[in-house]
Amino acid sequence: MNKILIFILSYSFVIGQSEGMTVQDIIKAMDNNLNAKSRVITSKMVVHGRRFSRTIESRNWVVGINQAFTEYLSPPREAGTKMLKLDDKLWTYSPQTDRVIQISGHMLRQSVMGSDMSYNDMMEDRPLIELYEATLEGSVKIDGRDHWIMLLEAKVKGLSYPKRRAWIDKEYLLPMKEELYAKSGKLLKTSTMDGIKKVQGRWFPSRFIFKDALKRNSKGTEWVIEDIQFDVEIPEHIFLKAALRK
Amino acid sequence: MIKFLTKGILRDRSRSLFPVIVVTLTVAMIVLFQGFLTGIMNSMFLNSAVVSTGHVKIMTKAYHEENQLLPNDLALLDTEKLVQELNREHTDYFWTPRITFGGLLDVPDENGETQAQGPVYALGIDFLSPDSRQIEIWKLERRLVTGKLPENAKEVLLGAKLAGRLGLSCGETVTLIGSTMYNAFTTYNFTVVGTFKLNLGPVDRHMMLVDISGARQALDMENAASEILGYTNSLYYEDQAAVAMRTEYNINHNDSTDIFSPIMMALRDANQMGTMVDFSNAAMAIMLVIFLVIVMIVLWNMGLMNGLRRYGEIGMRLAIGESKGQVYRSMIVESVIIGFIGTVIGTAMGLGITYYMQEVGLDYSAAMESLSSTDIIMSNVFYAQITPELYFIGFIPGVLATVLGTMMAGRAIYKREMAQLFKELET
Repeated sequence: MNKILIFILSYSFVIGQSEGMTVQDIIKAMDNNLNAKSRVITSKMVVHGRRFSRTIESRNWVVGINQAFTEYLSPPREAGTKMLKLDDKLWTYSPQTDRVIQISGHMLRQSVMGSDMSYNDMMEDRPLIELYEATLEGSVKIDGRDHWIMLLEAKVKGLSYPKRRAWIDKEYLLPMKEELYAKSGKLLKTSTMDGIKKVQGRWFPSRFIFKDALKRNSKGTEWVIEDIQFDVEIPEHIFLKAALRK
Repeated sequence: MIKFLTKGILRDRSRSLFPVIVVTLTVAMIVLFQGFLTGIMNSMFLNSAVVSTGHVKIMTKAYHEENQLLPNDLALLDTEKLVQELNREHTDYFWTPRITFGGLLDVPDENGETQAQGPVYALGIDFLSPDSRQIEIWKLERRLVTGKLPENAKEVLLGAKLAGRLGLSCGETVTLIGSTMYNAFTTYNFTVVGTFKLNLGPVDRHMMLVDISGARQALDMENAASEILGYTNSLYYEDQAAVAMRTEYNINHNDSTDIFSPIMMALRDANQMGTMVDFSNAAMAIMLVIFLVIVMIVLWNMGLMNGLRRYGEIGMRLAIGESKGQVYRSMIVESVIIGFIGTVIGTAMGLGITYYMQEVGLDYSAAMESLSSTDIIMSNVFYAQITPELYFIGFIPGVLATVLGTMMAGRAIYKREMAQLFKELET
């Protein structure tokens, strides 16, 4: 069994090499596709609860990995709610209470708008190459497309998902499917992406599906990207705490 | 005959005083013990019923399976209609919707920044409906430490300890940070209008009470509720009736395909309450039997001593022509009278002490403070309770034990030899 595994790993590594990419190259390419100097996204999140489904529309402004601002547009109860991330701090503003509240500690583990994503998921958007050590586990064909299977293990402490396994499309260089694990090896979340389109010279998905494996009977959350612009100029004042109340 | 015997008992104090004292003390102890146990049990059942279990309660099957997590996304919907139906079908109960939720309370400073924050266990209770009995069963007017009762959806009461910990006083605004019924993050402002002290051990530490309309607004739960609680109109928990109703309801509403179909639970189904109900019933029965046996043995022994003391009197009565049966029966009637007198005095005495314990109670606050479990809700002060059965419960051991004791001791009458009587009387 071990021999077979070693063979598969070596073979995959050779394949990886044969296509002119090392494991590091693959991760960097993934990071390049998913991250940008700045981006403005209009999206809707369809949360499939155990009983109801809800659609939440939002607009995000993101600069690098340290600054992000989100404004929720609908439904009416959520409209006007804003969120600001600066470095490792996250604030939320709700017009009903007119309060700016910092989300910290265990609150970061709470779900964002009832979705399968937590605030921690939103916070951890540093490039994968800075956070994980990667190993290629093999190759596989999914829906007729070639994918690498890559195991990522945390090289920094305190990550929500110390281990993750990604199925990376060899052409798009995107993790089409990911399984996110706890340190114990327990599956915590899965994510998939589809509707890959070329946007400003990079491949980018138009839909992500997240599923919290700890939620019983979870039907997952769809995050549909309706519009995305990369490397646009975003005024600095958007990322001020005062902008939350405007 | 009875008049004659009563005169005899009253005139010959040595014949009646000791048995009456024994019966009085025993009956008083039984009445007090029973009253105290009933008080503790009823208070525990009522406290549990008021805070969490109801005498019966209804929730969805899915909510029931995960109830420890307070999963309001699995709450009952269209509760107004459900409550109306329940009120119509079960008139001996009153029904009320309840939302149970957790979260964080955030106290702002003058700039709206977080000044203090702490976890909160909150209950959305129907305080404001015109026919609601919730203020009454929560005894909130008595338990209010400062401030006043909520008058609208935005007003809340905080446990005195929680308010103290967060440095809050009446009139201040707090922000609830929690999750809506759709699991969305929510913040909602409430005004603290009062603080309360339930004296219910660990439950008090993090508790916030709000009208259900406020909870519904905060958690986006329009016409929904975590549970619907039912209480008997008398507020006495009747286990058999509650269990029968629960069984019937669950048979009628059984739908294995729908995880959101309602399911009814009786108080005994919650936590370890079933064990407590059984313990309460068994303890009372065992206590009565033990007292009966002890008193009977004491009175039997007393009857024997009495028989010795009244050896001459009984001999004389037999000698002048009374039959053994007549003597035996007269002694039993005598014992009934003694038992009756002792029981009446004992019941009065027991009721007096029970009444005192009902009003004053025994304060166990220090012991309760060290409890960390919130599964069983117990009062910090134990009160006795006078119930109708206390007026007659003493008659069973009081009269029965006296009669049985006399019957056993009186057997000696039949052992007397008639031929020996005059000889004995001569000496």
